[in-house]
Amino acid sequence: MLDLTPKEVSERSALRINPLKTCQPVGAMYAALGVHNCMPHSHGSQGCCSFHRMFLTRHFKDPAIASSSSFTEGASVFGGGSNLKTAIKNIFDIYDPDIIAVHTTCLSETIGDDLVTYINDAKIPEGKFVVHTNTPSYVGSHITGFSNMITGLIKYLSENTGIKNGKLALFPGFVNPGDMREMKKIMTLMGVNFTMLPDTSGVMDAPMTGTYSMYPKGGTKIQEIIDLGNCEMSLGLGELTSSMPAEFLDTKCKVPYQTLPLPIGVELTDQYVMALNRFSKNEVPYALEEERGQLVDILLDSHQYTQNKKVAIFGDPDTVLGLAQFALELGMIPKYLATGTPGKFFEEKANALFEKFDAEGCIAKGNMDLFELHQWIKNDGVDLLIGGTHGKYVAKAEDIPLVRAGFPIVDRYVHSYLPIVGYKGGMRLAEMILNTLMDRQDRDCADEDMEMIM
Amino acid sequence: MRQIAIYGKGGIGKSTTTQNLTAGLGNMGKKIMVVGCDPKADSTRLLLGGLAQKTVLDTLREEGEEIELDAILKPGFRDIMCVESGGPEPGVGCAGRGIITSIGMLEQLGAYTDDLDYVFYDVLGDVVCGGFAMPMREGKAQEIYIVASGEMMALYAANNIAKGVQKYATTGGIRLGGIICNSRNVDGEKELVEAFAKELGSQMIYFVPRDNMVQRAEINKKTVLEFDDTADQAQEYRNLAEAIDSNTMFVVPKPMKQDRLEEILMEHGLMDI
Repeated sequence: MLDLTPKEVSERSALRINPLKTCQPVGAMYAALGVHNCMPHSHGSQGCCSFHRMFLTRHFKDPAIASSSSFTEGASVFGGGSNLKTAIKNIFDIYDPDIIAVHTTCLSETIGDDLVTYINDAKIPEGKFVVHTNTPSYVGSHITGFSNMITGLIKYLSENTGIKNGKLALFPGFVNPGDMREMKKIMTLMGVNFTMLPDTSGVMDAPMTGTYSMYPKGGTKIQEIIDLGNCEMSLGLGELTSSMPAEFLDTKCKVPYQTLPLPIGVELTDQYVMALNRFSKNEVPYALEEERGQLVDILLDSHQYTQNKKVAIFGDPDTVLGLAQFALELGMIPKYLATGTPGKFFEEKANALFEKFDAEGCIAKGNMDLFELHQWIKNDGVDLLIGGTHGKYVAKAEDIPLVRAGFPIVDRYVHSYLPIVGYKGGMRLAEMILNTLMDRQDRDCADEDMEMIM
Repeated sequence: MRQIAIYGKGGIGKSTTTQNLTAGLGNMGKKIMVVGCDPKADSTRLLLGGLAQKTVLDTLREEGEEIELDAILKPGFRDIMCVESGGPEPGVGCAGRGIITSIGMLEQLGAYTDDLDYVFYDVLGDVVCGGFAMPMREGKAQEIYIVASGEMMALYAANNIAKGVQKYATTGGIRLGGIICNSRNVDGEKELVEAFAKELGSQMIYFVPRDNMVQRAEINKKTVLEFDDTADQAQEYRNLAEAIDSNTMFVVPKPMKQDRLEEILMEHGLMDI
């Protein structure tokens, strides 16, 4: 397995092998699916749209609907204006969504299609909406596309009418529906009146009802997005993912904002809960205190299995940073942190984290790939990998156990239904990490050392 | 802030006119930014005293995506802020995409400050693809000026550009501010360009006479106003700046059919030459 990966690391400027990111439209499409009755629309060739839908479906094991402008040779030469015009008409006629959320592709970006004009020109039925965002995949990653789509929705829809609605606007970051449910649960427990954008719970984890519905029950309502402009404040979870929409809502509608890391583990969930406490002025209810106490109890009980274990964490920047903080809380050493999303901010945040916990000899790198992470591991190994499915080849090659967390996980079920955020998510992560490490101990130990109780 | 894009046939003198014009506006105390949208990156040479500017795309290529505004925005004559978007070497890549990237980068870095009176886009040749129409889009230039002369090909090109303006004018807010005649000493030139502009529903905003002073200043890497403030040509450019600054005629152009364009050329005796 991966026998040709050399141990010696050499400088590469352009080539990425096993990248830790994917196209901007994957993120944009995922964000659009978190809007109720919304048809995500890919303005480009059909292949783009098929790939992005497939990518999401493989992770969520649920259909990701989207339509395409179906570019041909003609569209490449003459621009995609007439394709989009026809698409908008057909989509409203046939699939009848309330809103179409258009994202661009590399081809339409290179042609230089003027989406603002196309959409202004389009015939949009009364009471329906078309929004767009630009998502060239040669910039950023799916995380950038996700932020761009949320910003696009705000740009087209949100309005400040001058009358505050008493709500908190929450940007959940690039997380699973299970995480969004957990974030909402905590807000409800804290008595916070909120609008979350996007909200893919009830869409990408919709239940089997016996009848197929193109638009499941979940998703942020258009009226709520319009009303985002009247929120008291916004809270962006995942500083690298949610800063852009939070800043934009402030610029457009004068809604002040705060950003926090994804609430993974004890301390970061505490920060989330306390931010909600400052907003609602409500005391933290016993139900949450109890969960927190349980998580701390688990960490104390099990620490001997995690203490000083070296771990490599890879995936999306905010997820990796959150998981690294939790690993440190477990007493582990987050030796390697890797993300494919470009940007210096990731490394700055990671280094601040290493400093805070006095973690020595740890490295974080953005714009990275799994090939290089594998090389690092060959030079100085780790006890555990945490990340998405693509890491399983490295895991097999180096015989290191892998805990699947983050995006994309395409070879497992159920993961997207359950959280890794909040105290409950911390318990789940702790269980996964402990099970994996303890299974490994059972597998590797001599017969006479096999422990029954552990 | 008035955002103005200058279009016209290749080699007609867009860059020279733009720089002398902005120098004139600079003399009037206006705060200006010039954005060169030409892969040759020579739109700000006279203002900066040579090709002193590293282009946005070169900076992007060499330093990655996180670049500082100072690296691409340089003050020139009369503190006119100069940017060159740059582009690929001839024959490769996509220059149109380069312009989209550059203007996006300027917006993202906050180059469009409120204290600017004017932003000028100097765009190469013709509106050949989506990228070169970028300065005409929503929220960018509201005024277009076309540089032309009394030569037939210059007017053909101007008419074609007017088609682009018309297309964007129906949806966005852009308008044609007028035709700047950069004289080539063609017989009956002034009358011809005036008639052409009128037919478009617009005006010839100024007739810049031909004067070798422009070339002398160019060789010295200066605008005429910097090279010799007292020259007659310097006064011409000051007048042009004045005309643009006080312009109130902004129209949706009515581009001509080929036959009508040729008729006008005939009427004004071009065919006699």
